Amino acid sequence: MLPERFFSDRFALSPSLLDRVLGTALRGRVDDADIYLEYRVNEELLLEEGAVKKASRHVSQGAGVRAQSQTRTGYAHTDEISLPNLEEAARSARAIADRAAASGSVAVAPGRPSRDLYALDVPPIAADLTAKLDLLRRVDAEARAADPRVSQVIATLASEEVILYIATAAGWTAGDVRPLTRLNVTVIAEEGGTRELGTYGGGGRVPFDYFLDADRWRRFTGEAVRQAVLKLRAVGAPAGTMTVVLGPGWPGILLHEAVGHGLEGDFNRKGVSAFSGRLGQKVASELVSVVDDGTLPNRRGSLNIDDEGTPTGRNVLIEQGVLCGYMQDRLNARLMGMSATGNGRRESFAYPPMPRMTNTFMMAGQDAPEDIIRSVKRGLYAVAFGGGQVDITSGKFVFSASEAYLVEDGRIGAPVKGATLIGSGPEVLTRVSRVGHDLKLDEGIGTCGKDGQSVPVGVGLPTVRIDGVTVGGTQL
Amino acid sequence: MGADLLLDVLKRAGAKGAREADGYLVEERSFSAVVRLGQVETVTHSQDQRLSLRVFVGRATAAASTSDLSRESLERLIDDATSLARVTAEDPLAGLPDPATLIGTVPDLDLVDRRGHDQTPEEKIAIARRAEEAALAVDPRITNSEGAEFVDRRSTYTYATSHGFSASYEASTFALTATPVASANGEMQRDTWYSTARKRARLDSPDEVGRTAAHRALRRLGARQVKTAEVPVVFDPETAASLVGAVASAASGPALYRGSSFLLNRLGQRVASPMVTIVDDGTRPGGLGSKPFDGEGLSVERRTVVGAGTLDSYLLDTYSARKLGLASTHHASRTGSGVGVATTNLALRPGDASPAELIRSVRSGFYVTELIGFGVSFVTGDYSRGAVGSWIENGELAYPVEEVTIAGNLLEMLDRVDGVGNDLVLRDVTSSPTVKVARMVVAGH
Repeated sequence: MLPERFFSDRFALSPSLLDRVLGTALRGRVDDADIYLEYRVNEELLLEEGAVKKASRHVSQGAGVRAQSQTRTGYAHTDEISLPNLEEAARSARAIADRAAASGSVAVAPGRPSRDLYALDVPPIAADLTAKLDLLRRVDAEARAADPRVSQVIATLASEEVILYIATAAGWTAGDVRPLTRLNVTVIAEEGGTRELGTYGGGGRVPFDYFLDADRWRRFTGEAVRQAVLKLRAVGAPAGTMTVVLGPGWPGILLHEAVGHGLEGDFNRKGVSAFSGRLGQKVASELVSVVDDGTLPNRRGSLNIDDEGTPTGRNVLIEQGVLCGYMQDRLNARLMGMSATGNGRRESFAYPPMPRMTNTFMMAGQDAPEDIIRSVKRGLYAVAFGGGQVDITSGKFVFSASEAYLVEDGRIGAPVKGATLIGSGPEVLTRVSRVGHDLKLDEGIGTCGKDGQSVPVGVGLPTVRIDGVTVGGTQL
Repeated sequence: MGADLLLDVLKRAGAKGAREADGYLVEERSFSAVVRLGQVETVTHSQDQRLSLRVFVGRATAAASTSDLSRESLERLIDDATSLARVTAEDPLAGLPDPATLIGTVPDLDLVDRRGHDQTPEEKIAIARRAEEAALAVDPRITNSEGAEFVDRRSTYTYATSHGFSASYEASTFALTATPVASANGEMQRDTWYSTARKRARLDSPDEVGRTAAHRALRRLGARQVKTAEVPVVFDPETAASLVGAVASAASGPALYRGSSFLLNRLGQRVASPMVTIVDDGTRPGGLGSKPFDGEGLSVERRTVVGAGTLDSYLLDTYSARKLGLASTHHASRTGSGVGVATTNLALRPGDASPAELIRSVRSGFYVTELIGFGVSFVTGDYSRGAVGSWIENGELAYPVEEVTIAGNLLEMLDRVDGVGNDLVLRDVTSSPTVKVARMVVAGH
C-alpha cells in the first residue's frame, strides 16, 4: 500500500492538508520543517521450555513535527494523529525555531530512489502465524537433538512493519514501507554443574520464508548449540596487549564502534569527535577502506529513504586509509556545508532524526584467511561478539568477544571465555596489517543505540589482523 | 478515566473468550530542552500513551499493546491478544495473582510535584543554560560542550484486572544533565554529570551539576594505559551501582527459571562478603524508583536481597514465582511484550570507611570512575569491561587511566569485597557507596 494513501485513508490527512499545516505555521519562518507520520506494527513470539508461551502484538502510531532555524530544532510529537494535534505540534515546534533568524535556505527536494530494496509479496508481519509457531518448535527440537547437554532453548521470532510518510515545508513528500524480521536462538548447555550460553540469529528486510530457505533456521540453531557447548570447555582469556585476528562478518562491529560513530555528522559539526577536523588525513592502514551503504537489497540496515526522505546511498568513509566522508542528516549537512548522505534516522516518531549508520563494512583485501591466522605467532582469534560501546570524544571503544580462541604458532588453539577488547578508534585501524578476501556481512542481528534511540543496523568485515589490541582477560 | 477505559477493554476481552485479563495504561507528557554553547539546540514536546493488555484464554496467554486508544483500535487490540492466546501453549502456571492479594488502599508516596511543572519553556531552557554556563566557567580547558539538557515528565500509571480491580498513581520526574568537553595538548575528554528527582526543588543546583561535570571531564585529561596487573580495584559510587544492578539482574525470576543466572539454586547461601547488604525499597516517599504497586497490582515492599553476604531473596513476578515454587516479591514490571521484573530503589547499604580511607588502604591499584561495554555474563558471572579512572599509588590518586579493562567473575568479586564506603547517596534508582574489591585483573599494555 502506498504510504500516502494509507495515512489519508486512515486519518483523513491528505498531502494538501499536511501542506496547509506546514504552510500556515512554518513556511518562510524557518530554514527547514517537516511532518513525519508513522504507523508501526510489531509481533513477538517466544518459545521457552519447549513451548511457545508468549506472543504479543503492538501497534504504535504518531506524528512528529519539526522546525529548524540555524542550529535550533523545535520538535513536537503526538501519538494521536489528527489535524488539531498536528497544528498544535507545529506551533510548539515553531516557538523554538522561530527565535533564531531563518537563514533563508530551503531544503531542496532530493531525487526519489528508483528501486525498492525490500518489496515483498508477503511481508513477515503478515505471514501465517501457525507456520511461525511451527518454526519455533522445530528450532527447539533441533537444538535438543543436537546435543544432550542442551538444557534450555529460548527462540524468538520478531516481525515488524513500519509505514511512514514525510511532508516537508519545501513542498515535497516521501514515503516508505519497511518490513523487518529476526529469528534468534539462545541455548543453555549444562555439564557437571557448569552452564554456558550460546546465541545466534539473523534476518533482515526479508519474508518469513527466508528462515526456511536453505535451512537457515537449522544453521542458526546449530551455531547457537555449538557456541554453548564450546564454551563449556573454554579457558580464561589472556590479559594484555597482543595480536588479534577478527573473523569475517559480525566482528565488523569493530568498525561500527571504532570509527563509525566518530564519523557521524553531529559529533563532527560540534567538534567533539576524536575524528573532528580530520577529513583528508590518514586514519587507517592503506589496506583499509570502509563504506556505509544503505542500498543493499533486503539488509537489516538498508533503507530506501532515510527518515527525512533523503534516498540512502553508498558512502565511502575511509578510502585506502584516508578519511573521506562523514555520515549526515539534513541539519548537520546544512550547518557543515556538506550534502545529506541519507543517514538521518530516528527510532520512531517520538524522536527527531540524527545521523546514524546503515550497513557499515570494510572492503575485502587480498589475503587468504588461513594465511592470516598462520602469520600469528601468539594472539587471539575472535569470531563472534556481543555488544560494543564507544566514547566518541576520547575515541576509546570496547567490544566483547563471545567466541574466541588462542592462536599459537599460527594454529588455532583452545577456546577462551568472553574477553572484552579495548582500543582507540583513531589508532586501531592504523594497526591493521592483513585484510582477507573473505568480506562477509553479518546475519542481520544488529541494533545500534545512540542518545537513547535504537535503530537496526548491519556490519561487515573480511578476516583482518590487527597488531596490538588490549585483551581484557583474567589470565596474566 | 483511564481506569474506566481499561475496565471496559477487559470486559470486552472477557466477552471474546478471555478467562481473565489485566491491563496497564501509561500516559505521559514530557518536555525536554537541550542547550549547547549557550544556544537552544533542541526543544521537544511529547505526549504519549500506551495501553497494554494481557489475556489468559484457558491456561494460555498472550499480550498486545497500542498507542491508539480509539474504539476501533482497542477492538483490534482485543482481537489480536485473544487470537494469539488461542495459538500459544497451555501453561498451568499462567494466570493473574490471587485477587485477594492485590493492593487495597494505594498509599501516597509523594511522587508528584504539581507546582514543579508550572514553568514556562523559557524558564526550563534557562536551567539547562545555567548548568552549561557553570561547566564552561570552571576552567579554560573546558573548551567545548555536548550541551546540557533539562527534562520534565508527568506520568500516570493505571492498572486493572478483569475481576474489576483498578488502581492508579501519578509521578513526576525532573532531570538535569551537563556534558562538557575538556581539552589539552590535542587530547579531548568528555564526561557527564546529572541530577534527577521527583521534586524539582530537590534537583542539585544547575551550578553544581555543571561544575561537577566539568571536574569529571578535567580529571580525565592526560589519561594513559597502565601495565597489565592483578591489583585491588576501588569502584566509585556510580560504577559500584552497576555491580549492584548486576546482582539484581541475576536474582530476577525470569533469568532463574530459564537457568541463565549465576545465582541459580543459591537462595539462602552466602554469595558475597559479609560487608554486602543490598536492599530494594520501593516504599521510600519521594523515591525515584518508588511506586505504590507493581505491574500486577501487588503492593511494593522493602526487601533485603542480599543480607550480610547471604542471598535472602530473589526478585519475582507472579509467573516466575510459581515456576520457582515461591511467592511473588511484587517486582513485576510491564514491558512492551508482557510482564518482566524490575527493581525499585535498589541500594547497597553503606559501610564505615570514608572513600578516602578506602583509597588510602591501597598501595597500588585502580580507582574506577566509568565502565563501558557489555562484557557481563549473567549465566556464569564472567565479567570483563572497559574502564576509566585513576591509578592509586601509595594510597593517593596518582594519574588518570583509560583504555584498560577490568576482569573477573561477579561471584568472586562479591566475595572479595573488603571495603564498603560510608558515602551512599540515593541519587538514582540504583545506588551504591564506594566499594573496594581486593583484587581483579586490570589489562593494559
